Amino acid sequence: MEKKEYTITVYTENHIGLLNRIAIIFSRRKINIDSLNTSPSEVAGIHRFNIVIDETVEVVQKLVRQIEKQVEVLKAYYNTNDEIIWQELALYKVPTSEIAEKAIVERLLRQHGANAVAIRNDYTVFETTGHREETDRLIKVLEPYGLIEFVRSARVAIIKNSKGFHEKIREFEQYAPSETVRENEYLNKGEKVFSM
Amino acid sequence: MNTQQLEAPVKVAEKVKMHSGSEILLKALLAEKVKTIFGYPGGAIMPIYDALFDYMDQLEHILVRHEQGAIHAAQGFARTSGKVGVVFATSGPGATNLVTGLADAMIDSTPLVCITGQVFAHLLGTDAFQETDVINITTPITKWNYQVTDASEIGEAMAKAFYIARTGRPGPVLIDITKNAQIQQVPFAQYIPCNYIRSYRPKPFVRLEYIEEAAKLINEAERPYILFGQGIILGRAEEEFKAFVEKSGIPAAWTILGESALATDHPQNVGMLGMHGNYGPNVLTNECDVLIAIGMRFDDRVTGRLDKYARQAKIIHLDIDPSEIDKNIKATVPVWGDCKETLPLLMNRVEAKKHTAWLERFNEFTAEENKQVIQPEFNPDTEVLSMAEVIDQLNKLTGGDAVIVTDVGQHQMVACRYAKFTKSRSNITSGGLGTMGFCLPAAIGAKMGAPERTVIGIAGDGGIQMTIQELGTIMQYEVPVKIIILNNQFLGMVRQWQELFNSRRYSFVNITSPDYVTVAKGYHIPAQKVETREDLVPALKTMLDHPGSYLLEIMVGKENNVFPMVPQGCGVSEIRLK
Repeated sequence: MEKKEYTITVYTENHIGLLNRIAIIFSRRKINIDSLNTSPSEVAGIHRFNIVIDETVEVVQKLVRQIEKQVEVLKAYYNTNDEIIWQELALYKVPTSEIAEKAIVERLLRQHGANAVAIRNDYTVFETTGHREETDRLIKVLEPYGLIEFVRSARVAIIKNSKGFHEKIREFEQYAPSETVRENEYLNKGEKVFSM
Repeated sequence: MNTQQLEAPVKVAEKVKMHSGSEILLKALLAEKVKTIFGYPGGAIMPIYDALFDYMDQLEHILVRHEQGAIHAAQGFARTSGKVGVVFATSGPGATNLVTGLADAMIDSTPLVCITGQVFAHLLGTDAFQETDVINITTPITKWNYQVTDASEIGEAMAKAFYIARTGRPGPVLIDITKNAQIQQVPFAQYIPCNYIRSYRPKPFVRLEYIEEAAKLINEAERPYILFGQGIILGRAEEEFKAFVEKSGIPAAWTILGESALATDHPQNVGMLGMHGNYGPNVLTNECDVLIAIGMRFDDRVTGRLDKYARQAKIIHLDIDPSEIDKNIKATVPVWGDCKETLPLLMNRVEAKKHTAWLERFNEFTAEENKQVIQPEFNPDTEVLSMAEVIDQLNKLTGGDAVIVTDVGQHQMVACRYAKFTKSRSNITSGGLGTMGFCLPAAIGAKMGAPERTVIGIAGDGGIQMTIQELGTIMQYEVPVKIIILNNQFLGMVRQWQELFNSRRYSFVNITSPDYVTVAKGYHIPAQKVETREDLVPALKTMLDHPGSYLLEIMVGKENNVFPMVPQGCGVSEIRLK
């Protein structure tokens, strides 16, 4: 089984300690989390985790089920990169003297879609958003001009074919358990198969 | 949380009486029909113990000798009674002493609610006296945990704790309560039990099409085979299971936690699975065409090497926990749900059959095992006793009606292999975690959970010494529990492995014992040491006839091994008889 980048999206209640409960599901199996982001979701009061790992689909499926098993987790999904739209935000601090003097830097920044978010006498902070390779590329570009600081945020991702969690939460708020898609080779009824 | 539940007490707040957090906690326990608490006091839980002083007539508190004893006792209690076991411990070392029991209860799905005291909320994170981060320590080994820092949270936290512990796949829950919250006075009208948590699905939705697929596979099968686990006991589905087994005519083998779910002498009960299980049940796993796993989780001690496990079979897996499906063994047809619901649905769809020839295959293996292993064990040609003959004689005296609580190791495997059971909830053992020291405290709890039954704790000379202090609890509360120590003067299971796999390099397995009879005497528990065959049955009779607790130390063969055995790294059909 081939390892791939998977983005796991987890909808949860907003409770203290839940981040740890989810994180140890990975660390217990010695799986490194490449990126982790928590944020509000489209539904008020529901939190959304984005977790990126490099693993085989079998491992990812098991992890997702372990995550869903947690009392305060509503639902977890996993997606490959072609099933999501994702972005990361990066900040770069460079000496203002370099930027001001060298016109080439300004052009390079424009080429990479970077914006200045702060300009001081001694330094300037640029930001750019994009995929990992894009934000990485700008590091390479800025290094010769005295890159002072660099930081990148975790991945945030939108699932292309998701209808959002509004409907799902209503299902959860009803008494009966909800139905979701789960594949099973034998039954080969991809759709309408129940997972949790 | 359901918002109505939250708002109701607040609206009437002005009219209701003030109560301390500790009182609210105890009222919650009473509302949950708790009668017995296993615990040990300490600084950070003193307000709760102070409140308990006024509830002594309604809540029985068993003062153990070590917090590990409290939690194992609560486990034993939960296993025999089917109720939630309740534990009190103080902060810091009190809480950390619960860790082994929590891990044990987590892996064996035992419903517990553990209450730990915690330092004052304003001291959290300051390395205060007896402060430890119990929430983070216990997160991986609890089904749910929560820290209460305000008395107004206690009612709701307790309601959720009981609901989570006992529903779905049961498990341990820990509530950590800071001392200020125990003391704090808040308005409290009444306890509102919890029966709904938005994000929590205790039972998966039962899908009929899966039941139908499963029934189809079973009806078409020539050599179907049932593996059953504790799920049947936890789901209280023993009757449904028996009906399914009898209608389908399928041979059924058990995991050690599922053992007593079907009577030992049931004609379709073919025996024990796993590393030290029976011959036929292991070998024939690789000959069946449809494997029906019910409430079991394909533990590695059951499956041996996965790539040599039932590769030829279609697998039907019934489980309440969706994460168990496909975890170790890929299911052909997964049947999610509570087996109390799914088994009757399945039974209605399977044809009544008798798999006579297939059952006969099991009998052939049983005959071989009987000849090569069991009879020589029951009637050894040595002067010294064997563990198996002790269990055999015990069966004859109890008729299989006793609750057997075991520790971990050789005696555990021997007891599980040979003990006979007529009733469910009778084999209490530490299965998943393999916790030495489990037996003695668990036997105390088991007896309290089933006071009408004979409870016999069987431990080795290693495990008994890990929690021997609980003899003090037996003494203080006059718990009429019987204790058998099968003494082979070794840490037998490790020694067996060293003999078989480490060229008899007996590295630190030679353990000496105190004079157990004298130790028992110190605790005012009558005791006897048995060294010869002619003394065995009379001693067992004396023990069983004695109205109170009784300890029997039985000397057994020093270097006896437990067979059959599936060596680690081997497939189930590579099981060795010697």
